[in-house]
Amino acid sequence: MAEVKELVKELVDKYGRERKNLLPVLQGIHLETNYLSKEAMLEVAKQMDLSAAEIYGTASFYSFLDTKADGKYKIRVCKSITCEMAGKSEIIRTLEDMLKVKVGETTEGKRFSLLETNCLGLCDQGPAMLINEEFYTQLTPAKVRKILGEYIRNKY
Amino acid sequence: MSNIKLRKVDVIFSPYSVAPYEILKNAMKRSKDEVVQELIDSGLRGRGGAGFPTGLKWKFAKQQESDQKYVICNADEGEPGTFKDRKLLVEVPRKVISGMAICAWAVGASKGYIYLRREYRYLVSHIEEELELYHKFAKEAGLDFKIEIFMGAGAYICGEETALIESMEGRRGEPRNKPPFPIKNGYLGKPTVVNNVETFASATMVCRMGADEYKKLGTDDQRGSKLFSISGDSPKKGVHELELGMSLEDFANEFGDGDTKAVQVGGVAGFCIPKKQFKTTIIGEGNTTGGSTMIFNSTRSMYNVLHNYLDFFAEESCGQCTPCRVGTQQLLKGIEAVKSKKKPPEYLDQLVKLAETMRLTSKCGLGQSVTNSFSSIVKNFREEMIY
Amino acid sequence: MAEQVKLNIDGVDVQVEKGQSILDAAKKVNIRIPTLCHHEDLCVAGNCRVCVVEQEGKNTLTPSCATPAEEGMVIKTSTPKVRRARKDLMALLVSEHNTQCTTCYRSTNCELQDLAAEYNVDNNIYLSVLKENLEIDKSSWSIEKDDSKCIRCQRCVRTCAELQHVNALAVTERGRDMRISTFMHLPMNEIVCTNCGQCITHCPTGALTERRYYDEIWEAIDDPEKHVVINTAPSVRVALGEMLGFPVGTRVTGKMVTALKKMGFDSVLDTDFSADLTIIEEANELLVRLKDALVHKKDVALPMITSCSPGWVKFIEHMYPEHLAHLSSCKSPQQMFGALTKTYYAEKKGIDPSKIVSVAGMPCAAKKYEANRPEMRDSGYHDVDAGLTTREIGHMIKQSGINFLELEDSEFDSIMGESTGAGVIFGATGGVMEAALRTAYFVITGRPVPFDNLNITPVRGLKGIKETSIKFENCLPEYSFLEGVEAKFAIAHGLINARQIMDQIVAGESPYHFIEIMACPGGCIGGGGQPIPTNDEIRKKRIQAIYDEDMNKPIRMSHENPEIIKIYEDFLEKPLGEKSHHLLHTKYRKRKRY
Ligand SMILES: Cc1cc2nc3c(=O)[nH]c(=O)nc-3n(C[C@H](O)[C@H](O)[C@H](O)COP(=O)(O)O)c2cc1C
Ligand code: SF4
Ligand code: SF4
Ligand code: SF4
Ligand code: SF4
Ligand code: FES
Ligand code: FES
Repeated sequence: MAEVKELVKELVDKYGRERKNLLPVLQGIHLETNYLSKEAMLEVAKQMDLSAAEIYGTASFYSFLDTKADGKYKIRVCKSITCEMAGKSEIIRTLEDMLKVKVGETTEGKRFSLLETNCLGLCDQGPAMLINEEFYTQLTPAKVRKILGEYIRNKY
Repeated sequence: MSNIKLRKVDVIFSPYSVAPYEILKNAMKRSKDEVVQELIDSGLRGRGGAGFPTGLKWKFAKQQESDQKYVICNADEGEPGTFKDRKLLVEVPRKVISGMAICAWAVGASKGYIYLRREYRYLVSHIEEELELYHKFAKEAGLDFKIEIFMGAGAYICGEETALIESMEGRRGEPRNKPPFPIKNGYLGKPTVVNNVETFASATMVCRMGADEYKKLGTDDQRGSKLFSISGDSPKKGVHELELGMSLEDFANEFGDGDTKAVQVGGVAGFCIPKKQFKTTIIGEGNTTGGSTMIFNSTRSMYNVLHNYLDFFAEESCGQCTPCRVGTQQLLKGIEAVKSKKKPPEYLDQLVKLAETMRLTSKCGLGQSVTNSFSSIVKNFREEMIY
Repeated sequence: MAEQVKLNIDGVDVQVEKGQSILDAAKKVNIRIPTLCHHEDLCVAGNCRVCVVEQEGKNTLTPSCATPAEEGMVIKTSTPKVRRARKDLMALLVSEHNTQCTTCYRSTNCELQDLAAEYNVDNNIYLSVLKENLEIDKSSWSIEKDDSKCIRCQRCVRTCAELQHVNALAVTERGRDMRISTFMHLPMNEIVCTNCGQCITHCPTGALTERRYYDEIWEAIDDPEKHVVINTAPSVRVALGEMLGFPVGTRVTGKMVTALKKMGFDSVLDTDFSADLTIIEEANELLVRLKDALVHKKDVALPMITSCSPGWVKFIEHMYPEHLAHLSSCKSPQQMFGALTKTYYAEKKGIDPSKIVSVAGMPCAAKKYEANRPEMRDSGYHDVDAGLTTREIGHMIKQSGINFLELEDSEFDSIMGESTGAGVIFGATGGVMEAALRTAYFVITGRPVPFDNLNITPVRGLKGIKETSIKFENCLPEYSFLEGVEAKFAIAHGLINARQIMDQIVAGESPYHFIEIMACPGGCIGGGGQPIPTNDEIRKKRIQAIYDEDMNKPIRMSHENPEIIKIYEDFLEKPLGEKSHHLLHTKYRKRKRY
């Protein structure tokens, strides 16, 4: 709790208390804590003098501001048309098998959240996915197994 | 309708070839009106989709009286099948930034933002490197115009310029009522120019080449060259710069896999053109100019394609206005019902009418343009919808 | 004169001020355009789209509420294209809606229902996209929220933000999942909601309603063991008629009393009586605070602020928990009434208080919550068993088959049925202030307040924040400490205005001595329990009716109410006395702002 308070203060000091700085502040929290917890949103409300409902309303509008999925690594697989044509379903199946979760869920221990997303702007190299800020393209089930294997081994 | 042969050109990605920010410097030696007029003469239209004449937009912005104006580069590129802005920001960020600075100098803005979609966060440090160079130049040249990156947070609709502004103000990205347009009442209520990444890069090239030279490219209708993001069933996927005004037939011959049955022009908000219309279709005329072209060969189910689009719309609609929020769901459920025989084939006609209502009554371009792909697919691939 | 623009609507030329919408212009020439998300009290949203019209030169339709009229515009409001589009939009809204008009509380008073009927929408044209598993949120004592009947017009959100500045409701998620909700979808009783009910009166459908208690009341009435007492607030009598066939602004006091008696209430009493009592207690409390400050130089909280609006009370508890001392400790008239019903009234009438069911007929949604505050049991019982809104009373009258239009008048019962004009004007913004000043000035100087006919006009009207001041001269010896003092007063209604007042206090810059605050715009006549619709035009008419009622009263100062004089003689002994403290005053609690 105290940590969240500090973090929010730091961010609000950095960006400013005006409403226009809400997205940078929320993103700053997200980067540090993997998602927006209830406490964090309340703290932002307090420090930026906004209503909590408005903050939640704003956060829940954006797909990269998670209020639920709280895995350390967020895997976002593109589900838009050309990636679907290139075999996105197989990629999802492979990931679900490996992580033992369904799309939208987070693994035990909060390591991975598996999510679908719309076009990543890598359509010439689909199927594509994003793991946090890293992107991976021209995926095949074998390639996915390798990439994820490395995450599981090295970056746990 | 006049068309020209397909021709690859190299304007936008051509090497910068002069000292950094030389083009900007040269522009600043001229009068502001002259530069704006150059843009108007060049016939350059916005490359973000709506195709508004860029020079005119700048002229209106210049005419606004205000203590503060903003220039925003729309790098929210979220249209499925579009990735040219990413490539521009990776390869020629200087041209993009120069375009912003020329605009700011001409219209009298002192603050600029690059609204970068969240998915492109990995580009931040790369762009910032270039911005550092720019700011150094600006300081030396006495140009009072600073640029910052504003990170989006994951919402296609924020590409719509008023939604983008709402988002920058810390709100939900819900498009505003227009009028007033951003040019009058934009970011924080101030006059704001919003242009696409490619538009700014092209503006830089107009300044460099001069309107007369630039105008030689393209047709009377569409001037210049344009980036095409090509994806789908194509052996030549990627970004290609082409002179404007070619027929879709030439295009499909060049980029298709020989078995092309349809091309989606202008992203999911654009039209899906079946093979029989390739000859008579000129890319960019009567369809949108965002530059996304997705190629489908005969193995593809157009039902699946449409289903994917509609799911996208239903999810990415901001949800505020009735026709778009409910309409997108109805269209999606509707084609499912026809496919599963819960509704008769004639229900498709009802849905086409609904899509027209959405065009007539939606608040922003998203809801208004759903009918483009919907009606073109349903009309041209009706059997695939039913069986 | 502001710049004018001329346009043509359906062949008629019309001139309006620049900045006005096409909708405004159409209204001016008597052309009706249907609307749903539009509300006179609120900013423009432009999201329902049913107000679309054809504008020459445009290939899409134009939302008339959200488009400023411009010079030379040519508008057509009823072409086949427009009608078809509107009908389609209505069909879409219906396809997303839990259409159960036969069992819906808002039936016959629902904007969606009206328009769907007008366009004769075919329910089966589209598939249902109503979300499954939507549960009605009944967690709050005051507000019921049924998302299955929500058309997402955001009127409630704008109300809670623009009129009340509470922002308890927000638009959440997006696209097909977009909905109207609260922080993290918490139930209504766990958020900052003040229960003011303004969102209800601004909702076009049955998605937001007050929690209803009339079935329980009917049961109590039918129970021969129970003695059911109702007291009705001043604002009810000037608005109830709207639900029962009378024009807006009709006073139906006598008919209302008759109806309630016919329905079987054992006693029909007047909340104005306890409004008068509130004035006595509150005026005295103010005088004590002033004396403490001026004579004893004590550190008392000034300005003192009224506490009769429970929505306002909950607002300050949430938003300014450090400043609760400014609130008068007086209970609201409803709660004073309740506490006395089960003590004084029971004693005088010789009725076992455990057999009494005390009901309050109120213009208010927050009073339902107030009645259920755990501390409101000073009589030893539940002081107020249930609060009914004006709307519920209207419904009950309909249910009992009474022909209200033809009803004869009757008088309130006694005891606690006598009131003054001062009690009546409690219903309008500025009324408590006016009533308090009428009494306070008299107490201090022995003379009536120096305004024509006792009408303190500066405190009246719909301006958000009103101010006035009075200089006390030739005071009675007891109040010599006020000699020459110019006391300053302010009145605010609508919580957004309350916030301004409070921010001034927090900053230590408040120049006032006494402030009246009402949660609802217009005061109780515009309360969250009043007939729908409510807008400024209607508020003005109800206010006029209130002041007419005041002028018609033989006694117009609270301290002259014979029943008030008597209750002090027989029961309470003196203002701020021990019994008063026990029964008529209360404490407040700090609540979380978030
Ligand atoms: C749903 C929707 C999405 C849009 N997305 C983008 C986008 O990603 N990038 C963009 O430049 N313009 C986008 N636009 C167009 C913008 O609203 C605006 O017209 C454009 O940024 C103006 O720049 P231009 O004149 O240079 O094209 C979108 C419009 C709509 C309706
Ligand atoms: S058309 Fe769709 S995206 Fe645009 S404002 Fe309406 S609901 Fe939002
Ligand atoms: S909200 Fe209106 S339309 Fe819906 S069920 Fe109730 S009365 Fe009918
Ligand atoms: S009752 Fe009042 S405070 Fe509560 S949600 Fe409604 S408008 Fe807001
Ligand atoms: S609850 Fe009522 S006012 Fe609020 S959005 Fe829904 S229908 Fe509109
Ligand atoms: S469709 Fe997957 S990245 Fe564009
Ligand atoms: S009333 Fe105009 S859009 Fe809703």
